[in-house]
Amino acid sequence: MTDRVPIQVAVNGQRRAGEVEPRLLLSDFLRQDLGLTGTHVGCEHGVCGACTVLLDGDAVRSCLMLAVQADGHDVTTVEGLTPPGAGDALHPLQAAFHESHALQCGFCTPGILMTMIPFLQDHPAPDEREIREALAGNLCRCTGYQNIVEAVRLAASRRAVPTPAEGARG
Amino acid sequence: MAERYVGARVPRSEDARLLTGRALFVDDVQLDGMLHVAFVRSEHAHGRLRGVDAAAARRHPGVVAVYTAADLGDYWKPGPLLVPPPPIPDLIFHACTQVPLARDKVRHVGEPVAMIVAESRYVAEDAAADVIVDIDPLPAVVDLEAAMAPGAPRVHEHLASNLAAHVVQRTGDYDAARAGAHLVVRRRFHYDRGLSAAIENRCVVAQWDPRAEELTVWDTTQAPIPIRNGLAAMLGLSESQVRVVAPFIGGGFGPKIMMYYPEEVLVPWAAIRLGRPVKWAEDRHENFFATTQERGQVHDAELAVAKDGRILGVRDVFLHDTGAYDPYGLTVPINSQCTLLGPYDVPAYDTEFTAVFTTKPIVTPVRGAGRQHGVFVMERLLDIAARDLGLDRLAIRRRNYLSRDRFPHDHHILFQDSGPLVYDSGDYAPALEQAAGLIGYDRFIREEQPRLRAAGRHVGIGIVSYIEGTGIGPYEGARVTIEPSGHVRVATGVGTQGQGHFTAFAQIVADVLGVAIERVHVVTGDTREFHWGTGTFASRGAVVAGTACHAAATKVRERIGEVASRLFGVSADQLEVADGRVRVRGTDRSIDLGALSAQSNPLRGAVRPGTEPGLEATAYYGPDRGSTASGVHALLLEVDPETAMVEILKYVVVHDCGRLINPMLVEGQVQGGVAHGIGNAFYEQLVWDANGQLQNASLMDYLLPTATEVPRVETAHRETASPLNPIGLKGVGEAGCIPTGAAFAQALEDALADYHIEITEIPLSPDRLFALLQRTTPERRNLVVVEGDFLFHLPRRTVWDALQDPALLVRALPGGMQLERSGESSYDGLMKVGVGPVTAAEFTVRVTILDQEPPVRFGMVVDGRSALGFTRGSAQVTLTEGPEGTTMRYRAELQIGGRIAGLGQRLLDTASRLITRQGLEVLHRELATRAGREGPA
Repeated sequence: MTDRVPIQVAVNGQRRAGEVEPRLLLSDFLRQDLGLTGTHVGCEHGVCGACTVLLDGDAVRSCLMLAVQADGHDVTTVEGLTPPGAGDALHPLQAAFHESHALQCGFCTPGILMTMIPFLQDHPAPDEREIREALAGNLCRCTGYQNIVEAVRLAASRRAVPTPAEGARG
Repeated sequence: MAERYVGARVPRSEDARLLTGRALFVDDVQLDGMLHVAFVRSEHAHGRLRGVDAAAARRHPGVVAVYTAADLGDYWKPGPLLVPPPPIPDLIFHACTQVPLARDKVRHVGEPVAMIVAESRYVAEDAAADVIVDIDPLPAVVDLEAAMAPGAPRVHEHLASNLAAHVVQRTGDYDAARAGAHLVVRRRFHYDRGLSAAIENRCVVAQWDPRAEELTVWDTTQAPIPIRNGLAAMLGLSESQVRVVAPFIGGGFGPKIMMYYPEEVLVPWAAIRLGRPVKWAEDRHENFFATTQERGQVHDAELAVAKDGRILGVRDVFLHDTGAYDPYGLTVPINSQCTLLGPYDVPAYDTEFTAVFTTKPIVTPVRGAGRQHGVFVMERLLDIAARDLGLDRLAIRRRNYLSRDRFPHDHHILFQDSGPLVYDSGDYAPALEQAAGLIGYDRFIREEQPRLRAAGRHVGIGIVSYIEGTGIGPYEGARVTIEPSGHVRVATGVGTQGQGHFTAFAQIVADVLGVAIERVHVVTGDTREFHWGTGTFASRGAVVAGTACHAAATKVRERIGEVASRLFGVSADQLEVADGRVRVRGTDRSIDLGALSAQSNPLRGAVRPGTEPGLEATAYYGPDRGSTASGVHALLLEVDPETAMVEILKYVVVHDCGRLINPMLVEGQVQGGVAHGIGNAFYEQLVWDANGQLQNASLMDYLLPTATEVPRVETAHRETASPLNPIGLKGVGEAGCIPTGAAFAQALEDALADYHIEITEIPLSPDRLFALLQRTTPERRNLVVVEGDFLFHLPRRTVWDALQDPALLVRALPGGMQLERSGESSYDGLMKVGVGPVTAAEFTVRVTILDQEPPVRFGMVVDGRSALGFTRGSAQVTLTEGPEGTTMRYRAELQIGGRIAGLGQRLLDTASRLITRQGLEVLHRELATRAGREGPA
């Protein structure tokens, strides 16, 4: 077995330490070692976008990164959008998804949320074309994307998209 | 009682868990001591399995066990035939079902050969690479016709050929219909395979509890109850010892109802044998081989019509690719047979199919489940017949719809559920009119399309009808319980994969019981909660399980009446149930339903003989036959013939799934279905080479539509209630993707009318369309496009007037042209043109002016003929006034045919540009001279 490497990652505002094989994917580290199973794995080759998380605020595919590459960085997962113990309280983008029926099976949803959060920070008032282009790296087989576009517009129109882990960190 | 929830856009109760990452999917199950599985799979499509050497893999550190077929002992058995064929006379069917691990032969790439169980998935995959699989390759069986040719290699050698099934169904006298027809249209249609492509791959986790002697299996299945029953039988356990949980499922689309996948048979077996929890999670690459697929068919179909477009009969003979095994019987091809008839009155139907074994992954239903093939064939035949008869596409459909007084309508053939194909209700013509109105059909055909065509744009419209047999039996059940807290618990056996069943079922129950929907909690997909039922398939969840929920809630309401009438000493008809309470009408005497529930289940005292404790009831619903949903899809699309890229500009769905439980959920189903249909139509195709190797087994090469390809879908609902169930429901899960390909093909042909292509295959792709365009007629290839800008240093009005003056124009054109006004907006002329080596010839030319908007723009159609050939096409001219004068922007597209066409494209292009340019310069000089003579304007 390969030697393990110690890593420290700030995940959703909490310092998490691990001893990992260098080949361990970040997605597997989050899901299996840390039990953060909200990050989903759909293709493991960087196409579907279901495993998208934030690395220092940028959307990245956790299946295309090794856990060791996250050493010393901040990672935010879907679990970090709402503070622990918040129950059904939702982040404004999550609420917009609920109101717009922007999810069906919900498997791709965490990755889409984590893609749209930095997008909305960079594009506070996006038009439909911009939203669709930003979404084009995430695959959804259930919704036909229409209601996802609506949800992102709704969230943007409310101009209430706080930074992702404010709740969790605060 | 007034309904408050059924029919309303109630937001989903399941969303919060999914949005926050708390929802449990199978791969989220993590158990102490859990082992992980990787499968060694065949790399050959077809071959004799000589041996599997797993010794090195067994020695690999971290490997706990390696199993081959030989290690399974008596547990090695082919799977069951899930759906026996309907009782059709003279039907031939050979059941050859999948095996847990290949033993003597491999029959498709990806067939499992060995199972590695290890401490982690990483280790299991390392060890899989150490397994040596000795296969003698045999020729692959890929193409359907080649598979049926004499002497073709046989997938199952105990059979005489690769024929898996042969089925003929007939109604009416097709030969007589054909003999009396004004027109018979005959074509061959190809439909090829695609993926279901749920974003969640399959996953199975099993845990054996030796103390309780119970097996728990978490499975990404659409049918947890049959999985439980099957596993119990295979493993020699009682059904109550096995619990199967289908928690949140990341999309089903059909293949997750296949039973029993090798992995779902082996993982529980290994968990019991090893005494530790075991997980297998399919990866995306495996999903391309290990999960079932659909859609390969080749149809030879003909349609006999009268002069007025009335359908006299249809004959369809087709091949159906069933893959390496056929556990799902004939569901898919029979759906194709039955759905072909569509909403039409077809007096004679002669349909025959041969299901063919191939060395490709197993075929079982994928969203649509064969229905789209039938719709594609019928709608394409109608389009071709309409064109040949000179009829409008809508007219031929209107002429053939079953009218609303024709229901129930018996087609006198058998459906996939073995019952007669009888439509319960429908109202088709108004849906067509509504869709035509929403897409703007008449205006588009009359005004917009000619203008767009004149402007050189290729925009087309498509509009097609379909029906969908939904909501078939055998049955589903539900249990409804009012708990002492006042909460209502609903348990049903169907699995749910994102359709919104939690919400839809709660709406139904809340209305019947008069409680707030927030009080209703629905559990599905857990055999411990409910263990009678079949599963979610054939667009039946809402119809069949929804009706069962309605029936169980109705029984609970009767119980409320019994218990409360005893309590209050009044008859049940004096009671009313609303707002979570039951009250005596016209009094202030009432009790909360929770308190009533507590009273009905006392700790002391007596529950009267002949009654039951609690406010609970279980009910079942088993329809004799399915309900038939219907609809119309219409779209506008634009093609760029240079790149073969297609953009969908507008998409309209008019859909009738009977009474709506929740329009928001229905629209979601339709939108998602359309996206899947667009994928099938233009992006998604599994491509095998002659050796049966899949050439595009990754999501980089297999293109799923993204947010930039899928258009906004405008949905309108019609509600023709089904008479078969009390709410009037019909299913909706598959409808969105059923007619999409047919609508797309029609619109594409329409957009490319000048190319005269006929779309008889699906899926297309930009590549494939490009190839079709290259094969188009010679005239088309000699298309000359002349476009450019020319600046006149003159006011726009002057230029405009000059362009209206034939006498002036004549001087600008080559070859001593004559030009005379021959009608209000047409001119006839004579012109002498020579190009390159071809001697100058006289052309008679007619120019018709269209779309004049003085002094800004006009279009014209040009038709020229000579002994040397012809030219015809259109041109547009726009004038813009600027500081330096007037810019003329022109674009002409001219088809050149005959001898001059033989000059070749380049020479024609150059000559045309030159002639245009020279002509404009002459015109400019002429105008400038004239302006100089007359002084500044």
